[in-house]
Amino acid sequence: MSPPRPESQLRTSGSLSRRLTLRLVLSAAFLTLVLFFVVLAFVRDISQRTQDSILLASATSIMDSLRVEAGQITLDIPYAALSMLGNVSNDRVFYNVRKDGEVLTGYEDLPAPSQAPSPGAPSYATEEYRGASLRRVTLARRLSLDGGPADIEITVAQTREGQTAELARLTRWALMMGGGFFLVSALIGIWAAQSSVQPLHALTGVVSRRGPKDLRPVRHAVPSEMAPLVQSLNRFIERLRVSLARSEDFIAEAAHRVRTPLATVRAQAEITLRRVEKAENRASLREMIRAIDESSRAAGQLLDHAMVTFRTDSLERKPVDLDGLARDLVERLRPVADLKDIDLQYSCAGVSPLRGDAILIQNAVRNILDNAIKYAPSETGVLIDVRQGPLDVIISVTDEAGGFPAEEDTAVLTQRFVRGSNAAGTIGSGLGLTIAREVAEAHGGKLVIEPSSTGAGACVSLSFPLR
Amino acid sequence: MRVIVLSLALICGAFAFCHPAQSFEVEEFRRFGPEGAPALKVLSTTDTEVLAPLIDSFLAQFPGLAIEYTTLGSADLMKAITRPPPGQSDFDIAISSAMDLQTKLANDGYTRRHLPESPAQMPDWASWRGHVFAFSQEPAALILSRAAFSGLELPKTRQDLITLLRRHPDRFRGRIGTYDIAASGLGYLFATQDARTSESFWRLMEIFGGLETRLYCCSGQMIEDIARGDLAIAYNVLGSYALARTDLADRIVVIEPQDYTNMMLRTAVILKETSLEKEAGAFIDHLLNAAWSQSPQAAYPFERYPAASSRQSAPYRPIQLGPGLLVYLDRLKRARFLGEWRSAITQDETRGP
Repeated sequence: MSPPRPESQLRTSGSLSRRLTLRLVLSAAFLTLVLFFVVLAFVRDISQRTQDSILLASATSIMDSLRVEAGQITLDIPYAALSMLGNVSNDRVFYNVRKDGEVLTGYEDLPAPSQAPSPGAPSYATEEYRGASLRRVTLARRLSLDGGPADIEITVAQTREGQTAELARLTRWALMMGGGFFLVSALIGIWAAQSSVQPLHALTGVVSRRGPKDLRPVRHAVPSEMAPLVQSLNRFIERLRVSLARSEDFIAEAAHRVRTPLATVRAQAEITLRRVEKAENRASLREMIRAIDESSRAAGQLLDHAMVTFRTDSLERKPVDLDGLARDLVERLRPVADLKDIDLQYSCAGVSPLRGDAILIQNAVRNILDNAIKYAPSETGVLIDVRQGPLDVIISVTDEAGGFPAEEDTAVLTQRFVRGSNAAGTIGSGLGLTIAREVAEAHGGKLVIEPSSTGAGACVSLSFPLR
Repeated sequence: MRVIVLSLALICGAFAFCHPAQSFEVEEFRRFGPEGAPALKVLSTTDTEVLAPLIDSFLAQFPGLAIEYTTLGSADLMKAITRPPPGQSDFDIAISSAMDLQTKLANDGYTRRHLPESPAQMPDWASWRGHVFAFSQEPAALILSRAAFSGLELPKTRQDLITLLRRHPDRFRGRIGTYDIAASGLGYLFATQDARTSESFWRLMEIFGGLETRLYCCSGQMIEDIARGDLAIAYNVLGSYALARTDLADRIVVIEPQDYTNMMLRTAVILKETSLEKEAGAFIDHLLNAAWSQSPQAAYPFERYPAASSRQSAPYRPIQLGPGLLVYLDRLKRARFLGEWRSAITQDETRGP
């Protein structure tokens, strides 16, 4: 009946919340990365377009100033054609004008497009010139000159330092934005993971806080995904409860059915004993009576146990006067003790009433007293003491029966059908201490077995919290 | 063998003495600072005497440094840097009043970036790309002869001047001078900026042309002629030079036209090949500090004009540094502009090439 410890016995396959957190954070990182590169490409494209459009405007305004006067090509480059480039950035500016491949004006060595652009379709390129990266646009136009066609190409170019600086600035900005985005989404991910496993934790708490005898179905509200699990758990609990109740019922029924015929058998055996003369027959009859006594006591305790189990399942708490209850019991058992010349001493310093089930508590105390009287040798004393602790009421029964052997684990004695190693000669079922412990625990108290202060015997104490 | 060694020595000596090996014309060479000290080699179009006080105050801060100051024309300066003759040692700094050529140097990659020590003092328009730094504002002024204008109201604007010339053509015929912009880079710069700023420029040139205007290569000569009384009006003369001639102050009047006055910016660049980058930067900072700091320095040779735009500075138009200046260096543009100008100023109906 020891509770299973899931930490050591259950195999775990990772943590749900860690797995969830990891996936959410990973997807946040992935999305951030995608976002960063998309923004970067976007920004790069925009800034390229901006520069291109200004270059085109510049080249167009130069093209517009092109005239043919008296068979000569003249060009009056507007001031704005180059100054507009200077207004946008502090970049260096280059240009030239070619006629049929020959440079009319401007920078002679400025790279020309490898293939002539068609009129109306400007060609853009990025290239190296004088140790700097250039963006250039080339516009073409066909003029009629001296009755023949002349192909004019105008190239305007600008270094890309301003654009590069602007890109670096925007990249930093995108990086910062990405970092912030990642941070926020990672935090949201962690929070989401935590809050989605929270119902599991809550259910675990509800289930693990239950008492050992609590076999009511779980009524805690759970998310719909967990409902099947809880339903299965409830069905399992129900089956367990039914099967436990059935077996308890069965035991009680069996004990009850056995006890009545046993009484009859014992009476018949006693009558027969009186009639039988032969010594060996009397001895075997006495042995028979002893065995019947043992069986009937066991059956009684089984019934007691069943009763205790039943009553603790639906514990009714009413004020109980432990002093009066114990005093009654002592007086009732005194004749039995007197038969063995055992001196029952009762002491009580006055206690507050505790709240509990009087019948259960009486049963528990009676079992302990029974045990003490049964195992105590003749002409010894059994001390019953009722006193009040700071938080609880304690009744302790001390005998002089030699106590339990040192090597014996006293905790085991309170388990069902376990008897002390020195109890072999005495009638008993091993259920007495179990009953007492179950009653104490049902009231939130405990049963303690320890050597008596004199060392001559054992001291069994039941404590019930006052609350 | 001995003969070879001797002749080698002679050749080396010859190279050492005829400093620097020139394909450009040096006007003046002067060394400031201690002998044997490493020297900042400065190429400049500004007269040595003008900048000498500033150079001295700079060298006072750097005792271990010398400055070799070479003056030459702005076209020669350009040539010395863009097409250096073989064997010429590298220059560190170029100072020029030709803003367009300085801009072209920076644009074409002959210069080096510099971060000024205290950029806050400097107006934004006083530098381009951290390569070209302006350290003076000098107005394109109208210089008048006091004697020639006796009994006449002095013109304040170009419109006044046009009106005056229309009213008294004979009084001023043959007594007007301006730059020959085909010969003078500064004259060309002022003329192109005029043309860009106002349509009245061309009208003025037409009138000048009708009055047999005399063309000059340089500001100095025009000022001299005004002072002597040969000229009554000189247009687009560098005001700083006229104001510097305090000895002529009672004979000439310097007018900064109220409609607009183009401000030429004298600029300095650090050349790419410099081996004394830190010292060159410090010299630029020294010039900028002298020009733009709140506390005027005695060594600063130029008139200080307001840097921030204000009511008082409204007519002053500092010529904008930047790629726009490259437009007027364009061969076809220049040819066209010169053609227009020549046809206006010489009243030559058969328009030149």
